[in-house]
Amino acid sequence: MDWQALALTLKLATVTTAILLVVAVPLAAWLVLGRARWLAAVEALAALPLVMPPTVLGFFLLVMLGPRTAFGRGIAGLLGHPLAFSFAGLVVGSVIYSLPFAVQPLVAGFAAVDPALVDAGRLLGAGPARLVTSLLLPLARRSLVAAAVLTFLHTVGEFGVVLMLGGDIPGATRTLSIVLYNQVENFDYAAADRTAAILLGLSAVALAAIYLSRRKADRLGLGGRQRGGSRD
Amino acid sequence: MAFDVCRGGFDLEVECRFQAEWTVIFGPSGAGKSTLLRLLAGLEIDEPSRRPVVRVVLDGKPLTDSARGLRLKPGHRKTSLVAQQPALFPHLDVAANVGFGLHKLGRDERAARVAEMLELVDATGLRRRRPADLSGGEAQRIALARALAPQPRLLLLDEPFSALDGAASDALLLRLQGWASQTRTQVVMATHDASDALAAAAEVALLHDGRLAALGPAGQVLAAERARLLNRLR
Repeated sequence: MDWQALALTLKLATVTTAILLVVAVPLAAWLVLGRARWLAAVEALAALPLVMPPTVLGFFLLVMLGPRTAFGRGIAGLLGHPLAFSFAGLVVGSVIYSLPFAVQPLVAGFAAVDPALVDAGRLLGAGPARLVTSLLLPLARRSLVAAAVLTFLHTVGEFGVVLMLGGDIPGATRTLSIVLYNQVENFDYAAADRTAAILLGLSAVALAAIYLSRRKADRLGLGGRQRGGSRD
Repeated sequence: MAFDVCRGGFDLEVECRFQAEWTVIFGPSGAGKSTLLRLLAGLEIDEPSRRPVVRVVLDGKPLTDSARGLRLKPGHRKTSLVAQQPALFPHLDVAANVGFGLHKLGRDERAARVAEMLELVDATGLRRRRPADLSGGEAQRIALARALAPQPRLLLLDEPFSALDGAASDALLLRLQGWASQTRTQVVMATHDASDALAAAAEVALLHDGRLAALGPAGQVLAAERARLLNRLR
């Protein structure tokens, strides 16, 4: 078992998830609360990694972050090393690649909050930040959990972007998916079985946690569309 | 205020000046009352099919002037709206709902204001209840307390007593009138119920098909409605 790769994979997934939640919450709120028509273009851009082949995205990032572009040279000058083939580069790639997995559940959750509640919040003086922290997030907390879990799992299972952008450097860019690929290439199916089982187990446990929390919320009457109101 | 707004196939064209402390916008369902209140509150209306012309001035200060691209945000207009649906925040208890608009006050001042507002709407015993545990009438009282708490200059009421029975509605209306008079709050109330409009004994703006049909004292504007109600009682 490659413990170093497991630790690196979990570290990459944790860092990516943390960054993406910070980015995705305001982005999703903007997409839901904003009225401008061109926000549809922003939404499409945020969803693009869903349909883009990971290898293509990895290739673009490799070129953009490499020494062939001014941006890549600038970053390298700033950090003292190029972003490509480094853990930081993998984080950048993972954040972009997993962006829709964080944004889309949040957009769905925020959009399900009754607009009358948002209007009431606005009338009571809540600005965008307070609308998000006091209304949207508490009322769509299941979507926040779903976004975090999906982002984490998607990053754990990432292969194409990691291989293109990070290569296979032990301790720096070699994640479990790369290890699995190497094991299969070397016909070491016993080791590949174990690695695949770990990846599968992580996904199964995390998804079970989402569905358990959903059932618990339903039992407590917190499920479904959040409407302000009362019993009659 | 002046509006020329088109929503789908519906046109709302109103230009008038509300000077009375209490104005009732009276009209049948679909006459444009709620749209008018939303525009006064500075809330967006869905998908206008052409550019709306909206001008709202309060105390000489423009709140909305579409010609100048001006629209003060809803929370910056000293205006509160109690919509027909109470829209209480389901994850907060009654006290937190009423105190939601008081975040700039200190803790003690906020608690005192919440207690005062709950007393005004006769709902002191509900302060720890969740919205899901309230009846429709109780929820409307709390929505009213929440709207009053920030002490708005203009209070907009959209059929605010629809879930209350006649006696409770009259009692609450009386308390509210006293409070509005004491705090010099201007009230604009939309209703399709002539008895509500007559009970308020206010200036009445009669809205019909998105147009202002009449504006004047309730006794005059609603004379026909009053006669109809009296006939029904006989």
